[in-house]
Amino acid sequence: MDKQKLVMVGNGMAGVRTLEELLKLAPDAYDITVFGAEPHANYNRIMLSPVLTGEQTLPEIMLNDVDWYADNGITLHLGKPVVEIDRGRRVVRAADGTAVPYDRLLLATGSNPFILPVPGKDLPGVVTFRDIADVNQMIDAAGCHRHAVVIGGGLLGLEAANGLLARGMDVTVVHLGEWLLDRQLDKTAAQLLQQSLEAKGLKFLLQKQTAELVQGESGRVCAVRFKDGDAVPADLVVMAVGIRPNYTLAEQSGLHCDRGVVVNDSLQTFDPRVYAVGECVSHRGVSYGLVAPLFDMAKVAANHLANFGIARYVPAATSTKLKVTGIDVFSAGDFTGTDGCEQITLSDPMGGVYKKLVVKDDKLVGACLYGDTADGGWYFRLIREGHAVHEIRDQLMLGEGAIGDTGHQGQNRAMGMPDEAEVCGCNGVCKGSIVKAIQEKGLFTVDDVKKHTKAASSCGSCSGLVEQILINCVGGAADVKPKSEKAICGCSDMTHGQLRQAIRDKHLTSLADTFRELAWRSPDGCASCRPAVNYYLISTWPGEAKDDPQSRFINERVHANIQKDGTYSVVPRMWGGVTNPSELRRIADVADKYDIPMVKVTGGQRIDLLGVKKEDLPKVWQELDMPSGHAYGKSLRTVKTCVGSEFCRFGTQDSTQMGIDLEKDLFGMWSPAKVKLAVSGCPRNCAESGIKDVGIIGVDSGWELYIGGNGGIKTEVAEFFCKVKTREEVMEYSGAFLQLYREEAFYLERTVHFLQRVGMDFIKQRVLQDEVGRSELYARLKFALSFEQDPWAERYAKGVASHEFAPLTV
Amino acid sequence: MSEWKAVCQLADIPSQGARVLKREGKVDIAIFRTIDDQLFALHDRCPHKGGPLSQGIVSGRSVACPLHNWHIDLATGQACAPDEGCTGHIALKQEAGTVYLALD
Repeated sequence: MDKQKLVMVGNGMAGVRTLEELLKLAPDAYDITVFGAEPHANYNRIMLSPVLTGEQTLPEIMLNDVDWYADNGITLHLGKPVVEIDRGRRVVRAADGTAVPYDRLLLATGSNPFILPVPGKDLPGVVTFRDIADVNQMIDAAGCHRHAVVIGGGLLGLEAANGLLARGMDVTVVHLGEWLLDRQLDKTAAQLLQQSLEAKGLKFLLQKQTAELVQGESGRVCAVRFKDGDAVPADLVVMAVGIRPNYTLAEQSGLHCDRGVVVNDSLQTFDPRVYAVGECVSHRGVSYGLVAPLFDMAKVAANHLANFGIARYVPAATSTKLKVTGIDVFSAGDFTGTDGCEQITLSDPMGGVYKKLVVKDDKLVGACLYGDTADGGWYFRLIREGHAVHEIRDQLMLGEGAIGDTGHQGQNRAMGMPDEAEVCGCNGVCKGSIVKAIQEKGLFTVDDVKKHTKAASSCGSCSGLVEQILINCVGGAADVKPKSEKAICGCSDMTHGQLRQAIRDKHLTSLADTFRELAWRSPDGCASCRPAVNYYLISTWPGEAKDDPQSRFINERVHANIQKDGTYSVVPRMWGGVTNPSELRRIADVADKYDIPMVKVTGGQRIDLLGVKKEDLPKVWQELDMPSGHAYGKSLRTVKTCVGSEFCRFGTQDSTQMGIDLEKDLFGMWSPAKVKLAVSGCPRNCAESGIKDVGIIGVDSGWELYIGGNGGIKTEVAEFFCKVKTREEVMEYSGAFLQLYREEAFYLERTVHFLQRVGMDFIKQRVLQDEVGRSELYARLKFALSFEQDPWAERYAKGVASHEFAPLTV
Repeated sequence: MSEWKAVCQLADIPSQGARVLKREGKVDIAIFRTIDDQLFALHDRCPHKGGPLSQGIVSGRSVACPLHNWHIDLATGQACAPDEGCTGHIALKQEAGTVYLALD
């Protein structure tokens, strides 16, 4: 059977992104033909500004060159605007007569710059700022003329003005509104912006309405005259007063249009064979000019073109950034602060910093930042995730704080970092290499940056910095979705939340069923999704779902920690950090007998035997005769304790025994990420309960419970959760919280991030207020743990997974 | 000259997993089995930092190195883009459930 024919009209970012997404989903579904009006393949239109300033060149901003089309079997017609769609015969016709039939048609005709209807608008020397031809005209004009006037003080206008200034022209920006960037900034921020741009040499005429472009003796434009009679000289006039969806072709072909090609949530037009994406569409009455929503549309349209039929386009909050070197402006969401909104502002005109946050119904809905935009990404995430902010409200304005305390000299402001500054301390990646990769490879997501540069791909503490750099480089096109909105991996479009829900709703108990039922794109998943799916299965259906060792990372598969040389480390469990002479003797004997090169005390009050050969593991475990410490797993690690009232003269409670009881109670618990507990016997807190997932502090009248602490990559202090009286309550409340975490958190999400995502109120409601719910949570935890045995004993005594430890020989 | 040597049975290798063949004085060989029972043999050294590929997660036609998560194509030993590098691969055949490697 012949393949279906897909024709795309328009060769810009939204359209080509749709094709890329489609090729990922269904590489062989269509014979694809593309018509582009411009003579260029797909370039990054957002980066025209740096081309104008001379910071970048056209080859550097190409996203897909001609070879890409050829490599993917796409027929490309460049420089051929389409002039007719015959929907009856299903044929498109280009200006040069080229006619191509289609089964499905994708319209991605973009938008046109709005031209002010004033006399002189067609004079030589009057240009717009939309494509490469415009940029070339501006560069040529800058070479031989002096006076430039940019009409429009929006993002595009300011970037054009900045570029022409950089090319040596005398530039005046004319703006009808009361302040610059009136769609992105409020008045205060805009005035700060205007001052810094004036300091760079730009001139501004605000609240001026253009009446006429005056023709000079040479025939070229020579001045701009305003309604009030004033005039300024102009050898070049750039019209940057907005864009209009380009839907002429669609309208002529009889498609329903209303200030754009009208599409439904699946990006289908009124003709079911015709889809439309990008700036040309009108979706629920709204057209979009920023690139992030266009990329979202591309995903949805591709899903339907691939006949998957499950994606819907839902508009999300967007963010914008002005790409003018040395000037930092960021805005996101609804920052105008209309009805029912509260505003938090910080204004430091001398320091050149202005921040406004808009809160509505206890949620951050908008942010407008000038001068210090380091936290833009964080605010944007909060806006998109939309959870309650009252708990962090007093710190909201101060920002996310030091993003990553370790490994990059405490740097948390990407803008100010020089190119040679190290961003990723794990992999030794400096800022310059990240910027270069983003620009040269056309990267839009942190994941892409990770893949290409390795930055943020190990401990992840610099993800925030990488995100900032990405936003600085590509502005609103940066795909900085929170994990709750991101697809789990390339194998599926489902988010972690959707996947958990589906496993619950459909009662899925095996990986094979999950992949089949949820239409995974790969038969057996990948190294990213398999461990996550395996965890979701066993935590949702304990006793029913069978653990799949092949879907676990090596450490959890062989119950030891792999080291850089392929040997393993062994950490036996010492309940509550308490040991005895007999255990210590066995550890010493094992270390001698198996030539273990290092014996080290861990931070979790146990002993680590490092450098054990894999084939020796079962014998080492057997001779130690101690249970596994699970020091290798997304699981219960240690319960650290202090000496407590048994010996300590300050101790108010027997923290040691409490720790031992908790550790025994939770033994064998698998969790989304590692879990550490601590119990201190008095408020001196020698067991460091403040930086543990669950930290307990004994006081004279009972026990205080703290949750969500973390002492690793970024130090996070645990939050006070509740106070209880009895040991039994400590066990039940801790266990119930941990079970809630096990059931609701995303794979690899530590308790602190879970807490930040769902909010303390939610956790308190489920664990403290709902008494029945609490005891049910605790009962479910006990039920799940009833299936767990010591994995070491299973291996040395019962021969489980013996193939893992016996090499083949010839 | 290399010659075919029987090293194990198909059943000795876990599906979506691997076994290591130890050789005196020579680099270890990892024998992989995919979900559809295809077998591949590579040098058990990641081209990145020498990680033991046999310990990685096998999915589709590739393995993720346990040390730094490089993905290595099982058929060619090539690192998947954008990473670059290659580890040696060894010819393998299956006959009546027995696995043979072309060894020196």
